[in-house]
Amino acid sequence: MGFHIVVCAGIVPDPLQTLEPITGPQGPALKNEMMLPAVLDPWAKHALFEAAHLAAKTPDSKVWLVSMAPKTKLQQVMMSIAQKASFELVALDGPASGFTDSQAVAEALAAAINAISGLDRKRLLVFGGWESASRGAGATLQIVGERLGIVEQFQGVDELSVTASGSLRILERVEGGMHQISHCDGPPAVLGWATGSLPEPPNNPQVGMANMRTLMPALQKATAAGVAVDGKSFTSVEVPKQRRDTRIVKDASTDDIAREIMEWIKG
Amino acid sequence: MSATMQDSPRATLQTLPGDDVRQIMWRFAERYDIQMLLQSVREVARGPVARLVAEGGRNSHEWTEGKQALIKHFDEAGITTAAVGPEYGGIVSGPYNLLLSLISFELAWVDAGAATGSLAGFLAFAPINERGTPEQVAEYTQRTASDGKGGHLRGAFGLTEPLPYVGVETGTLAGKVRIVEWRDGQEPLLHVDKRGRFITNMDLANYVTVAVDSDDERIKGSCMIIVEETDPGTFDRGVPTKKLAHQLSSTRDPVISVKVPASRIIGGYTIENGVIVPNYSHGKIIEAVFKHTRVSVGLLTAAKLLSAIEPVIRYQRERFRGRPGIDPGTPRHDLGLQQREDVLHRLIDVWATGEAAASLGFAAARLFDVLDPLEKDKERALSEQGAKGGLSQVKALQGSEKRALEFLALRAQPESERDNARFQELESDTIVQYLITDAVGNVLCPACKLWNTGYGATMMREALSLMGGYGITEDCPGFLAQKWMDAQLEATYEGPEAVQRRQLSLSMTLDLFIEQYKQWILEMRRIAFERPGTGACSLASAMELWLYTLNHLRKSTDDFGKKLYNTPRQGVTFPLADALCWLLATRELISDVIELEIKGAENPALAEGLPGLVAFYTDLCHVQCARAAGEVGKVCAELVYGYNRHPSWDRDSCACYSAEELESLESIVPGITPVASGLVDVIGPDGAAPCKAGPCAHAEGLQTFQRLRAKLDGCLTGARLAKDRAAYALTEVMIPEVLDYPR
Ligand SMILES: Cc1cc2nc3c(=O)[nH]c(=O)nc-3n(C[C@H](O)[C@H](O)[C@H](O)COP(=O)(O)OP(=O)(O)OC[C@H]3O[C@@H](n4cnc5c(N)ncnc54)[C@H](O)[C@@H]3O)c2cc1C
Repeated sequence: MGFHIVVCAGIVPDPLQTLEPITGPQGPALKNEMMLPAVLDPWAKHALFEAAHLAAKTPDSKVWLVSMAPKTKLQQVMMSIAQKASFELVALDGPASGFTDSQAVAEALAAAINAISGLDRKRLLVFGGWESASRGAGATLQIVGERLGIVEQFQGVDELSVTASGSLRILERVEGGMHQISHCDGPPAVLGWATGSLPEPPNNPQVGMANMRTLMPALQKATAAGVAVDGKSFTSVEVPKQRRDTRIVKDASTDDIAREIMEWIKG
Repeated sequence: MSATMQDSPRATLQTLPGDDVRQIMWRFAERYDIQMLLQSVREVARGPVARLVAEGGRNSHEWTEGKQALIKHFDEAGITTAAVGPEYGGIVSGPYNLLLSLISFELAWVDAGAATGSLAGFLAFAPINERGTPEQVAEYTQRTASDGKGGHLRGAFGLTEPLPYVGVETGTLAGKVRIVEWRDGQEPLLHVDKRGRFITNMDLANYVTVAVDSDDERIKGSCMIIVEETDPGTFDRGVPTKKLAHQLSSTRDPVISVKVPASRIIGGYTIENGVIVPNYSHGKIIEAVFKHTRVSVGLLTAAKLLSAIEPVIRYQRERFRGRPGIDPGTPRHDLGLQQREDVLHRLIDVWATGEAAASLGFAAARLFDVLDPLEKDKERALSEQGAKGGLSQVKALQGSEKRALEFLALRAQPESERDNARFQELESDTIVQYLITDAVGNVLCPACKLWNTGYGATMMREALSLMGGYGITEDCPGFLAQKWMDAQLEATYEGPEAVQRRQLSLSMTLDLFIEQYKQWILEMRRIAFERPGTGACSLASAMELWLYTLNHLRKSTDDFGKKLYNTPRQGVTFPLADALCWLLATRELISDVIELEIKGAENPALAEGLPGLVAFYTDLCHVQCARAAGEVGKVCAELVYGYNRHPSWDRDSCACYSAEELESLESIVPGITPVASGLVDVIGPDGAAPCKAGPCAHAEGLQTFQRLRAKLDGCLTGARLAKDRAAYALTEVMIPEVLDYPR
């Protein structure tokens, strides 16, 4: 029996863009965020590729992509993402900004998952990123799981394999570049992915056109998710600082350079 | 009708225009399939193509492994089969002119050589698609979609020959075809001999569509024939061309000498009195092919210009960063070179040119998407009328021209005043609609190819000069130097500038075009009323001056009594053709900006930035209108005055007064002497000319021209303020941290 995999993925500004926090009418925001080109949240994107890969090698499986974002922005992102994996989109029209609350977003996502018709909870794997590139709280997916009553949760996942008996073998990232290996009897489970091990598939317009059949209707019928930001205040908002310490050293040997780098890494 | 006032304070550009802006301006916001295909093209362009350029992949004339590897990427991204309809397994069901133009644009954003490879494939197939028999179209479409071995059939287009044969002049072919075997009741077997020069895709072509002339009295005239690599005989791909541009495409000088069945004659043939008569001469096929394909070439250069904006802004801003004492927050750190007005103004000129070129190109592509089906309908309608080609068709079309002009006249009238029944009748008349659309197509296509690539190459030089020494290195972000060189090839292949000027100098004088052009002048006046900030009034005045000049030159002679507007007189016809291109491109830019203003408001993703976008683009229109007006004014003045003999200091040629004449006039018109001396040259009693640069030329009968020119100059009011605002926007606009290619 195949899996029903629901991937939760938001969108974030393209990482090459300049991000400048500002105070907007509804609190903190990024300057020109709606105008900046967006991409699927990188960790969640890996989760999508892993989901598609798992579904492709497990007969009778299906992938849904549940995404909350301003729908016109989501539509632009889908023009590329929909070519990389087969899925059915469930779209929620709402903010994609990192300043929304994880709890509110998770509630909306869980409700959307609950409303998917034909979803078999016994076969359900909820995938997503272990954190998002916008908020980085690492909490959304856990709350989605809680709301759906799924207690088998794994975060920082880099590998998932299905054993002959149908149980799941999962590698989670732990300190020191190591992985923790867990076994889980089977679905339902929540997996927050780190980077996984799959390369980004090239765009395939044939796949895209096949997805298109459900994609555009889903976007059209996406309703406002009503994620409120009120009641919260932000004491300060800033982007990580860039540091540049340049020292000009002549005639250093490669060993010396390597040693210095090692010391710097060790701190 | 109401005029919109400018908001104050004015919003300004916040980010560089993204996909949602382009989709609206170039009218494919509703075409998700096209958007999708373009994303996959972009991934290839900014990924493997950009990486190969960065690695120095262009530094070889040979067809390297790296270049060959790109072909697989093109195939996977759906580029190779983009023009193949869904009935053959393709992805998009048209409109193909717009689609192929957008694909070319996307590839050329990074490297136009990559675009040329795919364009040449479409070019090879175009003769078959345009004029092939239904069987030929079906067979070669099918094999392009799939060659049955997991790949695709690839083609090359073989027209150009080694000197001294076909180049610009496509008439004199050295390539020959003769009959080698013709058994009774069977298909004749032909021998095709063709040596090509500069033929693109020759390294990978499985077939070539070659232009050849008859070398046999049993074959009439010229034709195009499909030859395949597996045909018996010689299919030598030839030596690689040592080209300095578009090195990611393959170009060689092939030598082909093969036997093929007569069924490979493109468009088929009939047999009359034992002679094979091809249904289409090579000239007819080429005409039908180039009508379309040149538009995409024009867009290659437009893409380059627009792709230069971001790297140049980044270079300007970062120019002094890192130097001790230049701290964040100081103008030198944050603005860098952008503190200087000139670099901003020049970049605005590059940007305005790129936008206008893109607007012109995509407008032309859309027009051909309308024209193509109309042309097929026209053929059907004509054959129903018994006009099956050749002279009878020409006659039938000439007969319809009057009706087409009548339709245009009716269209110009208010609905309440015109004969609407007649209007509707002509509106649904296929031949009438074909004629009026074709008349514009015959102008827009050469205009786009000529101006976008020729003037585009000049502006590409300007773009890279804004990057200083970096601009002319291989490391320059955005590959600007390579793009400059590439632009020169785009101005040359598929017919260099002279060919486009020649076509324009004929098509732009036809009544069916001129009548539509007159309506465009009124349209610009209306836009000037509704949106004065666009500068449309200066464009309308420039259009009027151009039309006056054309009419004037068509009926005038030079100082020797020789006709001025005359085909061999390229000194007259060609500059006027160039001037027209400026007007057409600017008009299309205005149209796209209005589209953005209207449709952009429906897109919530644009809501935040739309006022700034529209304000900036409106200023850009104004800048471009002024530039076009300046160019047109200069060209027209030179042509109108330049063929009159300059006076010398003799009474015959110089409209001077003698001192005595003035003296006698003084008694009749007191006070004339000081006034006349200020206006005309006065020759002294000793015959001495006044001490000045030369005798004054006079402009008898040119008062209308002078009035129009003076009006045009006045219309430039505010253009430089618009340029200042647009330049300021360049200092404010947010750009990404780094260029998004190579990825
Ligand atoms: C990289 C590359 C790829 C190409 N790919 C192909 C291909 O795939 N298939 C193909 O068939 N060809 C191809 N070509 C050939 C290209 O189309 C020709 O080079 C081009 O059309 C010009 O012909 P020519 O070089 O013989 O120039 P010429 O005919 O010698 O013209 C040179 C110049 O003389 C002037 N001139 C000539 N005639 C006139 C006139 N009547 N009026 C005014 N001025 C005139 C113009 O300034 C013109 O630019 C390619 C060329 C290159 C460089």
